[in-house]
Amino acid sequence: MTSLAELTSNPDELIRQDRVRTPLYTDPAIFEAEMTKIFHNTWVWVAHVSEIPNNGDFKMAQVGLDPVIVVRDRKGEVHVHLNRCRHRAATLCEVRKGKTSSFVCPYHGWGYSLDGKLRGVPYENGYNEEQIDRSKLSLKSLRVEEYNGLLFATFRDDIEPLADFLGPAKKWIDLFMKQGGGYPVKTLGEHKFRFPGNWKIQLENTTDAYHFPLVHKSFLTAVDKETEQQLDMLNNGGFVEDLGNGHSVMVMIPELIDLDDNLEAPIPEKFADLAKELAAEGYSDTEVRRIVRAVGGSGFNINLFPNLACSMAFFRVLQPVSVNETEIRHIAIGMDGGPAAANRARIRLHEFFQGPMGFGSPDDAEVWDRVQHGAKGGEDMWIMLHRGLNKEESLPDGRHRSDVSAETGMRAAYDQWKRMMAV
Amino acid sequence: MNMTMTIPTTTASTITLAEAMEFVWTEADLLDHAVYDEWLSLWTADARYIVPIEPGVTDFGNAVNYAYDDHEMRKKRVERLLSGQSVSASPVARTVRSLSRFRMLKTSETACELRCAQIITEFRRGRERTYTGDVVFELVRSESGLKIRRKVIWLINSTEALGGIGYIL
Repeated sequence: MTSLAELTSNPDELIRQDRVRTPLYTDPAIFEAEMTKIFHNTWVWVAHVSEIPNNGDFKMAQVGLDPVIVVRDRKGEVHVHLNRCRHRAATLCEVRKGKTSSFVCPYHGWGYSLDGKLRGVPYENGYNEEQIDRSKLSLKSLRVEEYNGLLFATFRDDIEPLADFLGPAKKWIDLFMKQGGGYPVKTLGEHKFRFPGNWKIQLENTTDAYHFPLVHKSFLTAVDKETEQQLDMLNNGGFVEDLGNGHSVMVMIPELIDLDDNLEAPIPEKFADLAKELAAEGYSDTEVRRIVRAVGGSGFNINLFPNLACSMAFFRVLQPVSVNETEIRHIAIGMDGGPAAANRARIRLHEFFQGPMGFGSPDDAEVWDRVQHGAKGGEDMWIMLHRGLNKEESLPDGRHRSDVSAETGMRAAYDQWKRMMAV
Repeated sequence: MNMTMTIPTTTASTITLAEAMEFVWTEADLLDHAVYDEWLSLWTADARYIVPIEPGVTDFGNAVNYAYDDHEMRKKRVERLLSGQSVSASPVARTVRSLSRFRMLKTSETACELRCAQIITEFRRGRERTYTGDVVFELVRSESGLKIRRKVIWLINSTEALGGIGYIL
């Protein structure tokens, strides 16, 4: 029996509470099923509002493997359209981001307004009126909802509202957005890289504190002592909590859960110059403390199933490419209208760890690559996800919590995976 | 150029294309052969090594780059390659870089701006990859020869997803 068929007939052979079988990383049929059963049936993150601040602004994105355009129309409403002409399927847009007043297909010139309505068909007399009923030829549009600046889209009109889907994760998203330091959060740019491995390997990694001291040893060596101690996350009392619907949070630095807490604490040495610079620019002591605190980022990662993480100081976006190829985007965020020096400091911290030339990401990519390579052997063997079960507490609503290095977040994600796939 | 009478006219000549080419070829050779101490000494104290993402960006400091290294960061990058602590740099990828199509954009007795094409082939763990780009060097003349004041590597695919680059481009 194929792995995929087994999923519906005998799912325990493929996925259990504390382990999953190797074909979840390697079977092209399972990957194909994921792209519809998961990515066509849930809320998928497509943009942050600051990426399309003005009417006419757009960006390209994907929902699973489907290319979409995220656009703010003339009235300010956000739409997510399939990037596909209703005539013969050509993409309407191949520009990553920009500003426009319409989308015109380069093949035969069909033109659409930003809200997706078909406006122009060249040489229209080649059709009878009922053959070119424009009301039936709008772009295929997805349902769009926003939570605290995060824009999600779904192909499904009948699933729960976004707010319900996020559930307990909303509180953590609100805490994460305190990195605006009193200003709205704004995206500043992004790093993109690929690794030859399955997307779920990266999904797991966002709630994997266990790897940090080993894989990121060279990063920890390169940072100052104070930062190194702060990032000694296996010894700082952190935890992982299942947030339902496949989401989870991993708290690595408990004192940086709420960035407004304990603002009177001493400013870390690495930000002393920045604090002086901000004070010289005329910011009050409280503002300086809030901004500097925000520059350092949050002490936790939120893993939102299936494709977004709010990870310490950036957004991590997962883009599956094929069963053994994944694209990762690390989007830097800063303070919209905040001091340039503070945003520069955030950008330098981002470059330090993230991206293909960072001091962290290439080492992550290397071990994920090794996972995929190793998984070519032992098709019937299990990927073990049982770390921290021994200390796991059950929360009243059926969710779980364990210590920071527990694989609780991965179990939460695979539990949701199973709910969506084994049907 | 007319110098004042009191200063002896020593070797104050314009930096030539041949001189600049010889220098940046040496830099390339040092990187490919992992002679990092000497590589680190090729830079002025305030120099930047920059790998931008967005084509045409001019204000590198306020933009997200792949790399925006001052001396301290270049040193850390070298230490990372040598430490054995980085799994993506153990071993460091073998690289061969070819610099060609040189053009002197500006030159004087003290400084010049040189643009060239760079194609790097990396090989590691059975995988070969290529990164192609324009490189713009700002070189200055010092008492100990030419130094790099700025090196900007404009990858032609900088806005696309790259692979992990566990070495110095």
